[in-house]
Amino acid sequence: MTARRRRGGGAVALLLGPALAALALLGALPALWVVWLSLQQRVPIFGIERFVGLAHYTFLAGDARFWNAARVTLVFAAASVGLALVLGVAAALALHRQRVGRRLALSLLLLAWALPGVVTARLFEWLYHPSAGLVNVLLAGRALNWLGDPALALPALVAADVWRTMPFVALLAYARLLTIPAEVWEAARVDGARGLGLLTGVTLPLLRPVLLIALLFRTLDALRAFDLMFVLTGGGPAGTTETLTVYAYRSLFSTLQLGFGSAIGVVVFALVMLVARVYLGALRRDGIAA
Amino acid sequence: MTGRRRAADLLVLLALALWAAPFFWQLRTSFTPDVDLLSPGRLWATPPTLVHYRVVLERSPLPAALGNSLGVGALTTLLAAALGVPAAYALARFPVPGRRALLLAIVASTAFPQIATVSPLYLLLRALELRDTWTGLVLADTSFALPLVVWLLAGFIREIPVEIEEAARLDGAGPAALLRWIVLPLLAPGLASAALLAFLGAWNEFLFASAFTATEASRTVPVALALFPGVFEVPWGDIAAASILASLPPIAIVVGLQRWLVRGVTAGALRD
Repeated sequence: MTARRRRGGGAVALLLGPALAALALLGALPALWVVWLSLQQRVPIFGIERFVGLAHYTFLAGDARFWNAARVTLVFAAASVGLALVLGVAAALALHRQRVGRRLALSLLLLAWALPGVVTARLFEWLYHPSAGLVNVLLAGRALNWLGDPALALPALVAADVWRTMPFVALLAYARLLTIPAEVWEAARVDGARGLGLLTGVTLPLLRPVLLIALLFRTLDALRAFDLMFVLTGGGPAGTTETLTVYAYRSLFSTLQLGFGSAIGVVVFALVMLVARVYLGALRRDGIAA
Repeated sequence: MTGRRRAADLLVLLALALWAAPFFWQLRTSFTPDVDLLSPGRLWATPPTLVHYRVVLERSPLPAALGNSLGVGALTTLLAAALGVPAAYALARFPVPGRRALLLAIVASTAFPQIATVSPLYLLLRALELRDTWTGLVLADTSFALPLVVWLLAGFIREIPVEIEEAARLDGAGPAALLRWIVLPLLAPGLASAALLAFLGAWNEFLFASAFTATEASRTVPVALALFPGVFEVPWGDIAAASILASLPPIAIVVGLQRWLVRGVTAGALRD
């Protein structure tokens, strides 16, 4: 028995070891290292490398550009996630009624979600073109400068993000709907529930757990989003679409301040982990996650 | 009644086609001659042209980038599967000490923001002299592909009835033989799902690729598309053609391998 257990232990080490080593090197190590980096001033091209403690963080506390980026990040995440959730549920309900052409319907739905973010950025850049873009053509030839107008750029960016993320919410909600037996609705109908009452009284409560999970995944992704804004607006005009990720990336790779950029990265990291904790707490209260 | 049903079905398909319209518009743009692109009034009247595809395939960095993306995507998927299958098997079937904490750490690491790990990985790849190489990018992409694969596969393995393995173990099969001859064949559909998601993640990835690549030696499609060259004005038609080419693998997955894709996405999110 002990011999078998020992052999089992050896087998576990062999099976698990390589993956854990890779995760330690590529996941855990960078996660700790970035905190250490954020306490240093590092500008490789000038050979600067010195410990500065919390200096980057105290600078960020009074940095208007940082607070603007934080506000843009939160507004972008709230708007994008909220819209994706509402539209995703609507799409899932429509799909659930579908009798023919479900495969085609799912292909059309998932297309936007599966494309590279840079492709989405290029698609919308062309749609938003001031004179030849389809959006302005459909608006009866108006010449709105969607990506150049500080009042329009963030909404335009949110629209592009909702376009690519709604399908994810719809797919999760649709998959959940498929597992609910039709008798549930029939019983509610016998009890006199109709239309909106059926939706708010029966369907949405059944969808609640999966929507909480979709909310978690979507919020984390929205807070981490980078490719869409970096390519579509580059953070402009006048910083109105500059998220924390764009600010961090520019600090890291345009001005080559590895320590300062890492500090902004740590803030994003902390934000994401905090949100994950809050949501997991809510899921646990709901009895979904153990 | 059936007529109304069919009309409702068609309406839903129409609405979804409308949702996908930005892509179809780009598809149309990729076949439209330059002279007609900037005069919206004539957008519907032109005969299609292949000139943009010719420019992209013969005189742009995109073909090299397509090769890099295929290579990096395939190698990332292979590495994540090679490391992830045994790890998932151990986590699903053996009394691993600290199993719960390990699984939690693996799930948490799928949520790590790339913007936070990009600077340490940059220094790591620089120290290993792997900047601007396939290997460097494969390692960076494995940082998000591997935890995803382990997490998905551990769940899929738990869905396989354990009795078959127990019977084979009584016949004297060791852990490696069990994994190779019993578990792996039953795991094939789940492995396909996980591999698709890993490949799609690597194919679409932009932040790491943008930070760790410098030349055509390793630049992937998203980076090449973001940097797409224009001399005097933005070459909208060429960019459209390049976008369509960059979208081909994701489209093939969505249309041709939909069942496995859907299973992977929903399993990752709906599992307790």
